[in-house]
Amino acid sequence: MTTKASNRGAAIEIRSITKTYGDFRALDDVSLHVEPGEFMTLLGPSGSGKTTTLNVVAGFTDLTSGTLLVGGKNVVGVPAHKRNIGVVFQHYALFPHMTVGRNVAYPLTLRGVGKAEREARVLRALDMVKMRDFAHRYPSELSGGQQQRVALARAIVFDPPVLLMDEPLGALDKKLREWLQLEIKRIHRELGTTFIYVTHDQEEALVLSDRIAVFNRGRIEQVGTGRELYDEPSTLFVGRFIGDSTVLRGGARSDGTGTALKIADETVTTPRRLSGDVTPVMLLRPEKLSIRRPGQPAAGQNRLSGRIAEAIYLGSGSKYEVALGDGSLAIVRSSLTDESFKIGEQVDLWFDGADAKLLADDASAETTLT
Amino acid sequence: MSAIVEPAKPGTAGRSRAWKAFALALPALILLVAVVGYPLLMIVLRSLSEPHWGVQNYSWFFSTPVNLVVLKRTFAISAWVTVVCVACAYPYAYLMTAVGPKVRLVMVLCVLIPFWVSGVVRTLSWVILLQDSGVINSVLKWAGIGTVRLIRTQTGVVIGMAQVLLPFMILPLYSVMKGIDLRLMRAAQSLGARPIRAFFTVYLPLSLPGVYAGAIIVFILALGFYITPALLGGPRSTMLSTLVQNQVLSLLQWGRGGAMGVVLLLATFLLLALAAPAMRQKHKEGARH
Ligand SMILES: Nc1ncnc2c1ncn2[C@@H]1O[C@H](COP(=O)(O)OP(=O)(O)OP(=O)(O)O)[C@@H](O)[C@H]1O
Ligand SMILES: [Mg+2]
Repeated sequence: MTTKASNRGAAIEIRSITKTYGDFRALDDVSLHVEPGEFMTLLGPSGSGKTTTLNVVAGFTDLTSGTLLVGGKNVVGVPAHKRNIGVVFQHYALFPHMTVGRNVAYPLTLRGVGKAEREARVLRALDMVKMRDFAHRYPSELSGGQQQRVALARAIVFDPPVLLMDEPLGALDKKLREWLQLEIKRIHRELGTTFIYVTHDQEEALVLSDRIAVFNRGRIEQVGTGRELYDEPSTLFVGRFIGDSTVLRGGARSDGTGTALKIADETVTTPRRLSGDVTPVMLLRPEKLSIRRPGQPAAGQNRLSGRIAEAIYLGSGSKYEVALGDGSLAIVRSSLTDESFKIGEQVDLWFDGADAKLLADDASAETTLT
Repeated sequence: MSAIVEPAKPGTAGRSRAWKAFALALPALILLVAVVGYPLLMIVLRSLSEPHWGVQNYSWFFSTPVNLVVLKRTFAISAWVTVVCVACAYPYAYLMTAVGPKVRLVMVLCVLIPFWVSGVVRTLSWVILLQDSGVINSVLKWAGIGTVRLIRTQTGVVIGMAQVLLPFMILPLYSVMKGIDLRLMRAAQSLGARPIRAFFTVYLPLSLPGVYAGAIIVFILALGFYITPALLGGPRSTMLSTLVQNQVLSLLQWGRGGAMGVVLLLATFLLLALAAPAMRQKHKEGARH
């Protein structure tokens, strides 16, 4: 973890919380530890339980079972207004009948902060989000991005040890979103507050987070840094959700030296094995695959033949979708200096078996991806 | 009432739009001038010209103590009716925003059904409920609380009028409340507001435009009420409309009746002008996205 400007953040300890609506388990035995001052992102497809988790921490939703500690104290049953946790909503939730200044002063007024100190703190918070000149405007006179910055100022002005954000940039366009991501990162660094951030955009999660918790169907599949999730996914779902990937499925045979998969009439091998009664699949990142014309050899002992299905020019290189013998698609990236290939062209893909992740197959990994 | 006219932009496009809007409002304007403007003009003229030209009817009004007592009482009763309507309509309208669509339909029907019954019939049924041996007093007596005088008192008049006017309070309130984003209450709580505090600092201010709209309608309608106070009230709860009726229909004093009407109208205008600054909406409607 990087060191923070000040260490005012509180640790959050979520211990096997479950939330059911009737028979439906919105959260199923979720556990998560967030370090003081950490930027934790909850990432997952729609309906996977991210908002529910955030609402439980904020105190908007009761949990069915489990424990929740904030700053070492059990807060189960503590109402939202006593938790002293800042929340930023996707829909901004600014009070339309108050000016920007009064919106930001609201939590301070509730806490009985005197006028002079209140004004100073409001200005400081507005400074932090670069909205100082807008204090006298009403929310309806601001753009979406400006409103969200005011909402952020209002959520940090009372120095909460924890800040929760539920897709705060979801309603904004891409350029604005990318700029505000950097602003949020800067504010996190300056405050040292513990941030829990919800998004279903994996790029946003990678840009912002110290660590990411990947949600799927009410459970956490894996928690780790972006690099850990990309390099060492522990489930097929995580591997598919973070970054581009190629999944190879086929008749599997394991022995003492590793595992072999038969894709159409070609066989690929990896020196890894899975224990237990599971169907192994291989997951390959685009940069681990080399693309060649037939007959041109490359590094790696595994070769798969296919046909270019899609060629996408990326500026820094090209991305190809290659249809393999069994009809599945492989994703390959090649740098600008490499040769370029045309759609329909026959190619060979080469890879080193050690670069392939061997994971248990999970049919739902494909269907729940958004 | 003003038509919804967009601010006219300089140039022909804006002007022609304003003209189109004006043209749309024309039938209503003609009707208003014909059925409100003309009679009103005649009333003002008669109050100044009968039995001869001059302000004799106005000096009569202000020099007769009973007129002033009744004028004051008319405003007091109307104010009470407005207060009772707000108190009853606010929770009802809020409930309408909170329930499902089916229950809401039933609640809307409950508000509207009284309109299907004539005012006289409704008022007479209040007589049955409120009279000394009526339903309310029978229940109170049976419960051992003793009886209260309701019929021919101001309380009875206020109750009856409030019931008749309640829909005019509920409907504007509901239409404002259903536009209030309840997620704002959640935001307020996350910022440290107890639910009751969140209500008073967020929900209530946002619902005030509905309260004002309903209150103005109810208050103005109450000022001119005739049947309900006449049937439910006694001599000590006479309202101005009864005096006007007396002057015009019994005594054939059209001038005096007209003067009373004009005084009531001007007093109402004065009151609204005084209340207007407080009611002016401070925030701009609706958030832009
Ligand atoms: N009040 C509720 N009653 C019943 N089911 C609910 C309720 N709130 C949430 N759910 C269900 O719980 C599941 C998780 O919802 P949640 O809002 O946490 O998803 P999410 O991960 O935030 O998704 P999104 O990215 O779409 O916001 C969903 O399937 C949802 O339908
Ligand atoms: Mg959500």
